[in-house]
Amino acid sequence: MMVGMERNQYDAECFLLYYLFSSERRRGKLAALSIAAMVILVGVPLWWKTTQTYRAWLPVAQINELAKLQLQLSADVEVVFARGTATPEQQKKVPVTQTQDEDHAVDEADLSLHRLSESPCGSLVIYVIPESSSLLPENVNVYIGQRRTALLRIGAQMKVGKTLKQLLAHLEPRVKQILQVMSFSHNDITAALSDRVRFSPDNKESIADSMRAFKSSPGYEITFSLLNPDPKSHRLHWDIEGAVQTYIQPLLTKLSPVANFSLDSQILYYAMLGVNPRYDSSRSAYILNADSLAHVINPVEARLGSNAASSNPVLNFLLYVPDAHHSPLYIHDHKKREVQTNAFHSPRWGGIMVYNVNGFYQTGTNFPVDVNINMAKVMGVFLAQLRLLLGVQSTAPPSSFQVAPCGSSGLADWELDRLMWSRSVENVATATTTITSLAQLLDQIGNIVINDNIAQQVSSAVTSLQLAVAELEVGNLGFALQYSKEAILASEKAFFDPSLLHLLYFPDDQKFAIYIPLFLPMCVPILLSLLKIVSEVRQRRREKQAKKD
Amino acid sequence: MWIGFSLLMPDCFSLSFLKDLHWCGVCMSVAPPHPHTNTDSFQEELVVRPLHSGDIYASFQFRTVWEADFSRGNKVSHYQLFPKSLGQVISKFSVRELHISFTQGYWRTMQWGQPFLPSPPGAELWVWFQDSVTDVDGTWKELTNVLSGIFCASLNFIDSTNTVQPSAAFKPLGVGNVTDHRFLRYATLPREIVCTENLTPWKKLLPCGSKAGLAVLLKSEKLFHSSFHSQAVHIRPICQDQRCKSTSLELRQTLNAVFDLHTSGQAKREWSLFKMFSRTLTEACPLASSSKIYIDITDNSQGEQFELSPASSLLSQAVVLGDRRTFSVYDLTDQATFGSTRSLNLLIRDMLRPLLHAERYVAGYGLQTGEIHTVMYNHHPYRSFPVLLLDSVPWYLRLYIHTLTVTSKGKENKPSYIHYQPSKDRLRPHLLEMLVQLPPNSATEVTVEFERALLKWTEYTPDPNHGFYVGSSVISSLVPSTVATNTSITQEQPLFSSFFPCKEELSYFVRVYTEPLLVNLPTPDFSMPYNVICLTCTVVAVGYGSLYNLLTRSFQIEEPSPGLAKRIANVIRRMRGVPPL
Repeated sequence: MMVGMERNQYDAECFLLYYLFSSERRRGKLAALSIAAMVILVGVPLWWKTTQTYRAWLPVAQINELAKLQLQLSADVEVVFARGTATPEQQKKVPVTQTQDEDHAVDEADLSLHRLSESPCGSLVIYVIPESSSLLPENVNVYIGQRRTALLRIGAQMKVGKTLKQLLAHLEPRVKQILQVMSFSHNDITAALSDRVRFSPDNKESIADSMRAFKSSPGYEITFSLLNPDPKSHRLHWDIEGAVQTYIQPLLTKLSPVANFSLDSQILYYAMLGVNPRYDSSRSAYILNADSLAHVINPVEARLGSNAASSNPVLNFLLYVPDAHHSPLYIHDHKKREVQTNAFHSPRWGGIMVYNVNGFYQTGTNFPVDVNINMAKVMGVFLAQLRLLLGVQSTAPPSSFQVAPCGSSGLADWELDRLMWSRSVENVATATTTITSLAQLLDQIGNIVINDNIAQQVSSAVTSLQLAVAELEVGNLGFALQYSKEAILASEKAFFDPSLLHLLYFPDDQKFAIYIPLFLPMCVPILLSLLKIVSEVRQRRREKQAKKD
Repeated sequence: MWIGFSLLMPDCFSLSFLKDLHWCGVCMSVAPPHPHTNTDSFQEELVVRPLHSGDIYASFQFRTVWEADFSRGNKVSHYQLFPKSLGQVISKFSVRELHISFTQGYWRTMQWGQPFLPSPPGAELWVWFQDSVTDVDGTWKELTNVLSGIFCASLNFIDSTNTVQPSAAFKPLGVGNVTDHRFLRYATLPREIVCTENLTPWKKLLPCGSKAGLAVLLKSEKLFHSSFHSQAVHIRPICQDQRCKSTSLELRQTLNAVFDLHTSGQAKREWSLFKMFSRTLTEACPLASSSKIYIDITDNSQGEQFELSPASSLLSQAVVLGDRRTFSVYDLTDQATFGSTRSLNLLIRDMLRPLLHAERYVAGYGLQTGEIHTVMYNHHPYRSFPVLLLDSVPWYLRLYIHTLTVTSKGKENKPSYIHYQPSKDRLRPHLLEMLVQLPPNSATEVTVEFERALLKWTEYTPDPNHGFYVGSSVISSLVPSTVATNTSITQEQPLFSSFFPCKEELSYFVRVYTEPLLVNLPTPDFSMPYNVICLTCTVVAVGYGSLYNLLTRSFQIEEPSPGLAKRIANVIRRMRGVPPL
């Protein structure tokens, strides 16, 4: 009996103990859970918030849209039929016919043609003239004027009496041909995009052509340098100021919608070419081979100096007067023939002309010889090179075409248009690549700070790009070029902003080295007690299951 | 591609302009070339002076004068002798005057006398802008960056913390009346190390490069194997003629070197151009209008000290720095100069003690406070003269300006003019300018106490224990001269004696630079931030761990376990079938 009572008492004690024990354990569990909850609900967001880098909103969707951009170019073409090319019945049938007053004086016609040719840039006017017209020589079918006009001789088979449909069908391929010469062709656009898009190479020459011109830039520096390696023998005088005014400035004024140009000139003494020319005894002259031309530029380049005051690309034009001991000097092309102009150009760099002054040596003259350089001869070569390097394409027109001589500016309106077409396309492509690669970079590296000004630049670049594309589609070439330039400026500004570099090289392992001493000792007990709680809960559930069974 | 057709029907028109149909790539009218008059001129000059310490002082000057007027905003872009890179910089940033010098080593005034053109150790740049510049600070910042590219130097480290606008010490050296010091910026980089990469771009600015003329001698391995090397570029507007109706731009490139031939000359006291430069001269620069070598033979008028070979009959006298010196002149444009031998051998004797001389040092102990002492000596036996002292001290030395004392001969010497601009932390340095009268034959000491500031840990240089440089003080003065100086501009003078404009006959302008100071700042242990993070994290973790333990651990009373004897007894009882204890 006593034993039983003792037993009971013992059980009660055990129960009390067990109760106390289990409540203590529950309290511990609760404490662990609440600490874990605190860490997750307060600590982690706080840490996240305080260590977050500022990233302004970027128009990612629009940028992605730009990445798969489809360009559509359109050019306005006006086709004007001269009297005698279309019958009155045909006129009546044309829905968009505007008939002009019939009675034009002869001299007024010239004026009206001029007025008509004041068409906005990018557009073309094609005048169709009768077969019998004596304006064009016999074998010439198309005449391309200085402005945005062309004359098209209507074919002999298009006699009066054909329907309008036939007439238009007959004209369309020829208009297209004119358009390809005067505004843009597939090749131009391919060349403009060649740096961005990989095309299957058609032939080596076209690639070389597309690599020759400078890339589109908002400004160019043009530097003329006179290299005088032998000031002891030659005292050179060049009237560069006058020559620039006469020959170069008109072209640059004409090109001013495309880019800003600045002109400089300098005289460099003791500037040598990097190659020793070979002496050809049969001609008693020194020869520079085409293979060695590649090595000519480097030693000179060190002397040229870059423009410290701007970062625009520099077009160098060097006039080299060989020293008295290596004179005369001639450049030979790959076929060992003398180059007429004695000049060559280097793609995307500039041009070099060798100017021999042997004519000034006379028997008995004592050195130094005073030499006046014939600037007309020199500038003729440099101007042609400048046109090439700026990408004013001179694709040979088909044989039945005749091109008007360019005026005093050395550049016809339609040539400017051609350049503007390819420049706009190139600008759009460049700005698009810049913006998309910037977006990609920012997407990949998460801890770069994106400031508001960068976001703003990106947005404005995207807006300008969209506007440029829209204008290209409508055919407003001037606006398209303007917008594409703005796009390029804004995108470059965003891409090269120094603030993007700040955190770029803050490595992750160092971050963890800082975090580990704090986070490891804090998280391990929390994790362990959570694991313990989970395993206990599982065990109890299993026990309950066993009891039920 | 979209092609719009719209049909127009004009009348027949005559096309008279279609007469000559031919394609030409280039169209032009031929303009007769007319000879262009060369408006630039170039001079070169080398002065060799034996110093009384036994060293040889060689000073090169190259002067290009360009008759182009920048002052009215003209755009000039055609360059002949003037270097294009500098011309573009001057026109882009509207610079009126530009003075830049790079110096390796310290000029020992007491041993070597006055240099022709003084310069402080390291790099020094001071620029007067045109008064048309609106944002001077922005232009200055851009200009320093561009110059740093041109001269391959770390001038891009010039910022607001080391730039000052001296009110009196740096006046324009060229023509022009603008003395508003808002358009002046002055900065020094005493830490700058000058080497070959600075010499090459400097030589490139010369019209003949290093291909002909005196510049042939400038071989870097010899020039930098010297006790002192200083190269400078000075650009300023000067008068074209006496009436000064129009100005031209003068570019002076100077290079000074002091060769220690005692140590390198195998104890022989003789030298030659070849020994100094390991080159000899063969021709003058063909573009130079004058090309001369001057050898100072003042102490050797009778040939008793040394002998020059080949001898030159041409003698010239010039008043340099208040002293009448005699020079033996070699004209390189004259073919007769290049005789059989081109080496010159000579021995050396005493020379004049400089009248003005200064030195500077830091006193004090510990890393908290210190004292800057600047001592200026007037060695003139009976004349006192005023000097203008300019001090630019970085912000991390906090000057206690109330402790500024100026004493000469034990008595207080009150400056007649003080211009003080206090520093702003991380923005601008202290600027102190004073006009002090130096009594004859005395040493005047200027002392000021300072406290060292604590820098942020990212503001320390990569080698903080080396110390921090404080630029040289600049002392400018008109020193009374015993010899009358020639003040007329018209008479042709050697280049070395004509740099500073001289208006009085009986005094000459001298600028003296003191040594730069090297000051130690309290330097922290740079692994400290990480250590601190680790330590605090550990402390936090320990505290947190015990707290966590206390909060989550469940406590239970442990049942006392029975003793070993009892357990054995229980085992035995179980075997016997008796209930355990």
